Amino acid sequence: MAQTLQRTPLFERHVAARARMVPFAGWEMPVQYDGVIPEHRAVRSDCGVFDVSHMGEIEVEGMHALELLQSLLSNDVAKLDVGGAQYTLLTNEGGGIVDDLIVYRTDEYRYLLIINASNRDTDFRWLKEREVPGSDVRDVSDDFALLAVQGPRSLERLDLADGKPFTWAMGEIEGVEVMVNRTGYTGERGVELMTPAEDGAALWDAVVARGATPCGLGARDTLRLEVCYPLHGNDITPDTDAISAGLGWTCALETEFTGVEELRRIKAAGPERKLVAFVMTEKAIPRQGMPIDGGGVVTSGSHSPMLDLGIGMGYVPAARAGPETELTIDVRGRPRGARVVKKPIYKGEEQS
Amino acid sequence: MAAQESYPDDLKYHTEHDWARIQDGEATLGITWWAQDALGELVHYEAPDEGSTISKDESYGEVESVKAVSDLIAPLSGEVLEVNQAVVDAPETVNEDPYGAGWLVRIRIGEPPEVDSLLDVAAYKKVLEDA
Repeated sequence: MAQTLQRTPLFERHVAARARMVPFAGWEMPVQYDGVIPEHRAVRSDCGVFDVSHMGEIEVEGMHALELLQSLLSNDVAKLDVGGAQYTLLTNEGGGIVDDLIVYRTDEYRYLLIINASNRDTDFRWLKEREVPGSDVRDVSDDFALLAVQGPRSLERLDLADGKPFTWAMGEIEGVEVMVNRTGYTGERGVELMTPAEDGAALWDAVVARGATPCGLGARDTLRLEVCYPLHGNDITPDTDAISAGLGWTCALETEFTGVEELRRIKAAGPERKLVAFVMTEKAIPRQGMPIDGGGVVTSGSHSPMLDLGIGMGYVPAARAGPETELTIDVRGRPRGARVVKKPIYKGEEQS
Repeated sequence: MAAQESYPDDLKYHTEHDWARIQDGEATLGITWWAQDALGELVHYEAPDEGSTISKDESYGEVESVKAVSDLIAPLSGEVLEVNQAVVDAPETVNEDPYGAGWLVRIRIGEPPEVDSLLDVAAYKKVLEDA
C-alpha cells in the first residue's frame, strides 16, 4: 500500500516538519502540520505555503496547439496572450466536467495546463487521443515542483511586486528561478511558484525562511470552501455541467468545444438544479454525500474556521437555490437547518 | 494550546480511547489524550440528551474535527445526569484539557460489575503500544 504512493520532491521536508501524511489521489501528502485551524488562519491573516507538486502539468505545443485546446476547453483560449492564464474546463460530450484547470500561454505556440492530481492520467489520455497534426501533448508533471504561497502578506514576504491576477512571469527567489503564477485556491492574494523538481526543496526552504507557515491539504480544503471554489470530484464531476455548477462564466458558448451544444441547451432551458453555498443555522457540520431535504445533496462540507460554523456546497432543485432559502440537511439521521447564502461564504475584510 | 500527552493513573480506560472517573456510583466520561490528538482540534460535540440511557460499548455521541467524525463509545452503561455544556459551546476544550475541563458526560452507573471490565492505566498504555 504505502510504497505504491508517489512522493513529491518535498516529502523529506514534510516528514522533518512532523506533518501528518495521508494518501491523496495516489500521493503521500501532508494533511496538516500544526493543525488545520491555525494553518487556515495563517493564510487569512499573513502567509502560508502549500506543497501542490502532486498536481499535474501537461504541455501542448505546436502550430495547431491553440486549435486543439480551443476544441476541448470551455473558455476562449484565443483570448490568451503570452504571459496570460485562464481558468477553464475540460468538458465531455454531455457537457460534463472531465476536469477544471488553469491554462497558461507560455509561448507563441506553447501552452501549459495545470490540472488536478487525481485526473492526471485521464486528462493526458483525453488530450493525447485528440491530438491533431501540429500539436504535441506531453505529460511533464514529474519535471516540476509547485508551491502555492498565499495570504495577504505573501507578496511582501517574497519581495514580489503586485501583479495582475491570471498572469505569469519568470522570477527568482533566493537564487531559485521560478515561474510566478498569479493564481491560487484560497481567495487570498498570492502566487503559485513552479520550479524544476530538483529545485523544489531549496524553494520551499527559502519561502519558509521568509516566514510562510507550512500548510497542508486540510487547510487548503477549508480555505477553498469558504470562498466557494469548486473541488473536482466533489462539487463538479463528469456528470455535472458548468451551468448547473455556476461556472457558466468559464464557458465561451459562442466557440465550438466538446459538449457546447448541450451546455447551450441547458443555459437556454435553465438548469434543473444548481450548486449553492449554505451555512448551518443549527450546530452541525455538513459532510459530502449528506441528503438535503427536497432532493438535494451536499457535495462539500466542513467547519469554517473564520465563521466558526458548519458550511458547505451542494446541489438543490433550481426553485430552492435562491439566497435565504431554508434547507434541512440529514446529518447522520438528524435533521439540521441550513440557509442558502450568496457565494462566496467568506468575504474577507469586507465582512467582520 | 494542546495538552501534553498524559494518562492519569486514577482513571479507568476503554480500548476505544475513552476514560471514566468513578466515584460514588457515578462516572465522568471523556476521551483520552491519544484520541483527541488523533482527531485534531475538535469543532463539534454532538452530546446525548440528559436523562437518556447509554450502553457500554455503544455510541453515545460524536465528536468532530475539521476533517473527521468519531463516535463516542461508552465505557459503561448508565443514565446521563449531566452533559458538559462548556464543551458543546467550545469543543476545543477537549484538546486543551482532555481529563479536566474537557469531560463529556456524567452518568449514574447502571451496571456496577461493568467497572471490572475496564482497563487500568498500564493496560491502556499497552493498547496504545500495540496500536
